[in-house]
Amino acid sequence: MELYLYIALFAPLVGSLFSALFTATPKASITGYVASGLLFTSFVSSAILLSYVTGGHTVHVEMMTWMATGDLYIPFGFVVDQVSVVMMMVVTIVSTVVHVYSIGYMDHDKGFNRFFAWLSAFVFSMMILVMSDNFAGLFIGWEGVGLCSWGLIGFWYHKESATWAANEAFIMNRIADLGMLIGIFLLYWNVGSLQYDVVFSEIGNLPLNIVTWIGIFLFIGAMGKSAQFPLHTWLADAMEGPTPVSALIHAATMVTAGVYLVIRAHPIYDLIPDVGYFIASLGAFVAMFAGTMALVNRDMKRIIAYSTLSQLGYMFVAAGLGAYWVALFHLMAHAFFKALLFLGAGNVMHAMSDELDPVKMGGLHKVMKGTAVLMILASVALAGIWPFAGFFSKDKILEVAFSSEHYILWGTLWITAGLTAFYSFRLIMLAFFGEARYKNFGFHPHEAYRFMLIAMSPLAVLALIAGWFENDFIRLVTTLLPGFHFHTHHVELILIAVTSLMALGGIATAIIMYRNGPLSRKWEERFCYKVLINQYYIPKFYEEVFSKPYKELSRLAWKEIDVKIVDATVDMIANTIYKTGESTRDIQNGNLSSMLRWMVIGLVVLMALAVAFTIGYNAVNA
Amino acid sequence: MEITLTHYLVLSSVLFAIGLIGVMRRKNLLMLFFATEILLNATNIAFAAISHYIGDLSGQMFAFFIIAIAASEVAIGLGLLIVWYKRTGKIDLDQMNSMRG
Amino acid sequence: MFEAVAFYLFAALTIGMFTITVMTSQALYAITAMAAGMIFISAFFFILGADFLGAIQIIVYTGAVMALYAFGMMFFDTTRNVVEKRTNPQIVFVLGVLAAVMVVAIFVAPIVSNNIEALYPINPTVGNSQAVGMVLFTKYLVPFEVAAVMLLVAMIGGIVLAGKKMDKSLTLMDEEEIAMMQRIHNRHQEKGEH
Repeated sequence: MELYLYIALFAPLVGSLFSALFTATPKASITGYVASGLLFTSFVSSAILLSYVTGGHTVHVEMMTWMATGDLYIPFGFVVDQVSVVMMMVVTIVSTVVHVYSIGYMDHDKGFNRFFAWLSAFVFSMMILVMSDNFAGLFIGWEGVGLCSWGLIGFWYHKESATWAANEAFIMNRIADLGMLIGIFLLYWNVGSLQYDVVFSEIGNLPLNIVTWIGIFLFIGAMGKSAQFPLHTWLADAMEGPTPVSALIHAATMVTAGVYLVIRAHPIYDLIPDVGYFIASLGAFVAMFAGTMALVNRDMKRIIAYSTLSQLGYMFVAAGLGAYWVALFHLMAHAFFKALLFLGAGNVMHAMSDELDPVKMGGLHKVMKGTAVLMILASVALAGIWPFAGFFSKDKILEVAFSSEHYILWGTLWITAGLTAFYSFRLIMLAFFGEARYKNFGFHPHEAYRFMLIAMSPLAVLALIAGWFENDFIRLVTTLLPGFHFHTHHVELILIAVTSLMALGGIATAIIMYRNGPLSRKWEERFCYKVLINQYYIPKFYEEVFSKPYKELSRLAWKEIDVKIVDATVDMIANTIYKTGESTRDIQNGNLSSMLRWMVIGLVVLMALAVAFTIGYNAVNA
Repeated sequence: MEITLTHYLVLSSVLFAIGLIGVMRRKNLLMLFFATEILLNATNIAFAAISHYIGDLSGQMFAFFIIAIAASEVAIGLGLLIVWYKRTGKIDLDQMNSMRG
Repeated sequence: MFEAVAFYLFAALTIGMFTITVMTSQALYAITAMAAGMIFISAFFFILGADFLGAIQIIVYTGAVMALYAFGMMFFDTTRNVVEKRTNPQIVFVLGVLAAVMVVAIFVAPIVSNNIEALYPINPTVGNSQAVGMVLFTKYLVPFEVAAVMLLVAMIGGIVLAGKKMDKSLTLMDEEEIAMMQRIHNRHQEKGEH
């Protein structure tokens, strides 16, 4: 089984390196095929590992020693257990689909080879992240996915906005990673090891306030990666990257790393329910907050990005309330339908020559039947309609909130469920139905390649059926994760009905409101619309509160400190040396005669020293 | 009055000092070479004298090798001097300042 | 007594000759005085019983080296007065005297001479030349051969330096001059071919 572990882990790396060889050359389709093939290999290995793990075993290997100094011992160790194998499956399935899809999507792009190098490198980092058996390895993967995310958001680096978004994402994640790093340091400081099994067996012996701090700092890292408030702004801007990237990184895998961290570190969070409650509250807040922003947005990818944020909020609610397996379940289901949604959006984007405003589309279902069907399917799953995957996972989260008697959380999530259904179908209605407004703008949409649609179909199937395996899933992951006791059997059916009604209501509202195309201008004048379209003015707030004072501070540092103190000091040193050189330049006057004199002077001095030392030596010995 | 090693060493030192003065004083390269010959001869006297008073032939051997070196030095030195003279027409030390920093 | 008289006499003569060599402005005086000084030095070698060394001194120095210098003088046309610019002559003498005092202090003070033992004692039964030969070709054979090679190298070097056309230096020229030289050279070659 170790062999399969290594194959699953390193096949993406091989694909990345292979593609990287061709980055400087024009498009070579082989890079796409090789990278996709290797990822499929990785997926097959993961599937074999899954079947092995289902049998109740785990695989744990220690590849080699990474750091061993003093008491510090960190190996490159990898573990395939019930949690990581689920993540591996999600990552490899989605990334295989995305790779195949990208062969078509990036067909006409100059950076075709470079794209696959980055994308496979991302998968490799993600695999390290989920498979590592210690926090240090997790951190490597964590930073690796951050780096690849940076490279992929800024993939079209000639676009100013893309590089800006890439840097924003990278810097925001660095801020959060500092928190995570502090958490890891605290762990090492107090436990003396970073291995998961050691840490989790020792954590109970630590004082509670230290555990609290560790939990908080680790969660700060998770907040950055999973774009939770207030570090959420980067995710919407990250949509500057190619759409397959958005599907893979900014919907299905990387952004869920924060959730994975909380799930993985559940023994820590079990000890500190207050922090868990905070996480849940923040999650519920973000779910609502992002959902409202998605209501009015006029950028297809941003709408889906906000929906991702919102769904991440759901996951954190579940994880924060201790229902780790529910969070993982929703993570998995969400990965499938959200990636599908993004890939569909990519098809639309291609068809509309990179136009993202759904208001300019309309009636596309006539020309893009396949995409329309797939996207509707994904939206239904996202809205949580039976029997799609979203129904099972999202419903469980609501049930968790209700069962732990956090009715406010439940209420928030319940309303958000309606919002989710509404904005999903607003997008669908605007883009695919109504009159064909795109004709007014001179677009000539066309359906994507057939193989791209076929590549998407596994996701569609999974979005449909993933929920049916709920019981198997519970059996698998609860061997590692704690179970969650529901006290809601008496109201279960009512809850399901209420939630489903909310979702259906959202869908119906959207269909009715947008059946004749976009709303009138009048709506855009309203205050709440303005607040929402400006993302609650939070980017502006950041600009005013952080960026501008920082800029002013930087200017001050430059004008006052750098120029007047640092530069002046350096200049002074340089000037001193220069002047010394200038004044001693006469020694090097090239006149051999005076050099001979200096030589004789040296000789005399040396001899004088010899005499003096000898006299001194004799005097001491005498 | 006995002549001791010290006499010879003092003589050698005096000759060495004369050579040094020449080295420092001369600007004409040929004359400078003369001064270096004096330096070498001064050490030869010291070697021969020490060899005699200690009763060891090694001193004389060193003197031989010094003479051999002196001969080589003259050959090479004069060759270089001729090259320089062909190029500049002068052998004045003060004019050789291409190494000025 | 005889030894003392000879030492002082030759010491005075040598110092005088070398002083003339160093101080005179007449190149011819200088070389003549130096040749004389070399011969007087050989007298010390004879007094010290180093007959072979004395003979070598006369042959090599006064015979070969001085002849070379004489040729050099003729080549450089320095038979006339040598005009030299003097700078700070006092410092030169002060340094010279100081150096002499130091050397004397080092030699006279029994720093090194006390604990030296003869490694190759002079054998009174054989003559100096024979003894020198025996040591030179046993213990000092390798240095002897190296010195021979060095003299050969010096000879070839002297011939090459003085004989070859080296009045142009590529390192002292800038690139344009080199390029021009190259063109002239090529033109000459073309002419030669036709």
